[in-house]
Amino acid sequence: MTATQMTATQMTATTVLPQSQRDVAPPSARTLYQRGGRGDRFFDALTGTSGLLVLSIMGAVGVFLAVQATPALRKTGFSFLTTSEWQPDRGQFGIAAVLLGTVLIAAVAVAVALPISMGTALFITEVAPRWLRSTLVALIDLMAAVPSVVYGLWGLFLLQGNIIGISRWLNRWFGWLPFFSVEGADPTSPLSSASVYTASTFVAGIVVAMMVMPIQCVVMREVFSQVPPGEREGAYALGSTRWGMIRVVALPFGRGGIIGGAMLGLGRALGETIAVLLIISPRFDLSIHVLEAGGNSVSALIAGRYNESNGFGLSALMAAGLALFAVTLVVNFTASWFIARSRSGASSDA
Amino acid sequence: MTTTSTLSSMSSLASLSDVMPEPTVRSRGAHHLTTLPSMPEPLLVPQQRRVIGKLSRHDLLMMGGAGLSAISTTMLLFGRLTPLSGTFGFVAVAFVLYIVIYAVIASVTESRPTVVDKVMNVLLTSSAVVALFALATVIIFTIARGWQALKQANFYTDDLSSTGPLDPLEQGGISHAIVGTLIITFLSLVFTVPLAVVCAVFLNESKSRAAQLVRTVVTAMTALPSILAGLFVFVVWILVLEFQRSGLAASIAVSIMMLPIIIRSADVVLRLVPGNLREASSALGAPRWRTVWHVVLPTARSGIMTSVILGVARGVGETAPVLLTAGYAAAMNVDALKNPMVNLPLAAFELVRSPQPTQIARGFGAAATLMLLVLVLFSLARILGGRQAGHLSKRQAKRRLVQSCRDLDRMERRITVRGGAAT
Repeated sequence: MTATQMTATQMTATTVLPQSQRDVAPPSARTLYQRGGRGDRFFDALTGTSGLLVLSIMGAVGVFLAVQATPALRKTGFSFLTTSEWQPDRGQFGIAAVLLGTVLIAAVAVAVALPISMGTALFITEVAPRWLRSTLVALIDLMAAVPSVVYGLWGLFLLQGNIIGISRWLNRWFGWLPFFSVEGADPTSPLSSASVYTASTFVAGIVVAMMVMPIQCVVMREVFSQVPPGEREGAYALGSTRWGMIRVVALPFGRGGIIGGAMLGLGRALGETIAVLLIISPRFDLSIHVLEAGGNSVSALIAGRYNESNGFGLSALMAAGLALFAVTLVVNFTASWFIARSRSGASSDA
Repeated sequence: MTTTSTLSSMSSLASLSDVMPEPTVRSRGAHHLTTLPSMPEPLLVPQQRRVIGKLSRHDLLMMGGAGLSAISTTMLLFGRLTPLSGTFGFVAVAFVLYIVIYAVIASVTESRPTVVDKVMNVLLTSSAVVALFALATVIIFTIARGWQALKQANFYTDDLSSTGPLDPLEQGGISHAIVGTLIITFLSLVFTVPLAVVCAVFLNESKSRAAQLVRTVVTAMTALPSILAGLFVFVVWILVLEFQRSGLAASIAVSIMMLPIIIRSADVVLRLVPGNLREASSALGAPRWRTVWHVVLPTARSGIMTSVILGVARGVGETAPVLLTAGYAAAMNVDALKNPMVNLPLAAFELVRSPQPTQIARGFGAAATLMLLVLVLFSLARILGGRQAGHLSKRQAKRRLVQSCRDLDRMERRITVRGGAAT
């Protein structure tokens, strides 16, 4: 393949000799071949085997989850998606409530994290003085590396007590919005119990936002730092202010990265287990009241129930896990599609 | 035309149309219009370089004034005029007032785009401040709550086998969790690193369709929630194959989670190795495996180290898979093959669920220790990964020079030997 291509290019590049020399045989192209020695063949075999091994491990996880989940899925059929209870022993189980809870937690997390991560990314690339930049980058990276259990402890012991004021305020003034209403709460009375606001989806979402924020910020910073200097300086040369430059050059350039980064964070938020398990008090009903006590997520369900389940219960948990994996997979692939498709994404990799 | 004056005061986009000199248009056929700019007149006023980043004294005065007035107004609102209370509310109201007052003051002297710019600057800066403030509270709060436990020496040397929840902090510690973390992490490193690096080389060296497939699958698996890796090992290893819950099972689960992460970042790092280095190696007649072994991997070494360390930082902090596969133990266990083994995050998780304040302090102590461990790993990654591919530290450069001299020596000796043999 390569050899024939080489021949073709060499033929077109051949010098045309003057008439008198035409009779001499034309110079023939050198045949190129690639044949590895013993070392190269061994190298190919080794790397190929490792690729195959990784493929089979990863494939095994996926296939195994699917196979194990089949009995539970076969038993419930379509109602697996619509039932909100979780009682596999009685054959009554479905992921409607837990999946909704997962999505709500992730939605709160992204809604809280997105403005902060975008602002921080822009601050690092555009506003911060040069000496501060590398420190900030290191701190944000560090934030991404802090284990989730630490954020969970922070949320349970520090944030929860301080966030109730905001919950109450949101409920009082925006309680007419369906997702901010709280059953059994009286926001006008200052003496009303605070316990209706604790262990809620809202608190868990803010804690997950702490983990999502640095991930989004890293992707966005990467993208904003690749804004072509020519366009940036062009905007300044036309008299634009710094925000004008950001609005006209940086944001349109980084659009793919912003969307992709936000979705990558969403993927992480959907799969978070331990912080959610620490904070939320599990319940199994379809409720979109994010401020209200109680909520659930697929991963918290698995972590809470794996030990008390028999074979069929585990199959049901596998099915729930499979559904979660399908959602995160779709989210992550959409994110990489957005990033790769954007102008800035050709070289970046996230 | 007022070209000169507008050019000298380039402050806003609004006057852009004035800057363009009147074009001279010559018609050549229906669709060919050539625009020739007329020569601008020589500038009378010298142009000043526009300063974009720095704050002037005027800006500082405006900010300070707006800040003072925002805080005083908020204090007035909270103390006297309305029954508002709460630290968070105070900060929020003061912040909103600050922005409004700042915008109003700025709009007295500045044009609209400048005011917007100033307000947005404040918003961007404050979002970074919020992020850093959150990080600071996380670190300080964890250390502060765990301090009572952290300052005891026995916290690092004892385990919890003979210590009940009611015992004081002078007894018992988390040495078993520290050892467990080290064993689980070490085992998962042994499982993942060779496989991940060789697989990343495969992704880079092979242009085949198989490599594309592997890359897609690895990308997909980075989306695998860690609890599912735990559930997989729990069912296969413990329920189907009937092994015990052990450190080994936990490290397998952590490996499944870490493997795609390390492969992906190592793949990216290897792709950054300059192509001319590879080509130079090939041109000198090196087979591909020698190119990889002697050129690609040494060049990307610091990057690969970084990706491994960051993968480890993720793996060290994993709680959910360990919860499912290794269980919780209060006693020291150095045998990875049998009996439950606990790592630091799981110990923190289990300890803070107790209602006893001493147990909670121990839990926070474990979390702080874990955070310190991650911090050390992370700094290591920064130090090692600070250099780009191909940039050497002083010592590396020296070592490279010595190696090069030795190579030259060897080659010359070989030439003399051959020359001697020929004659």
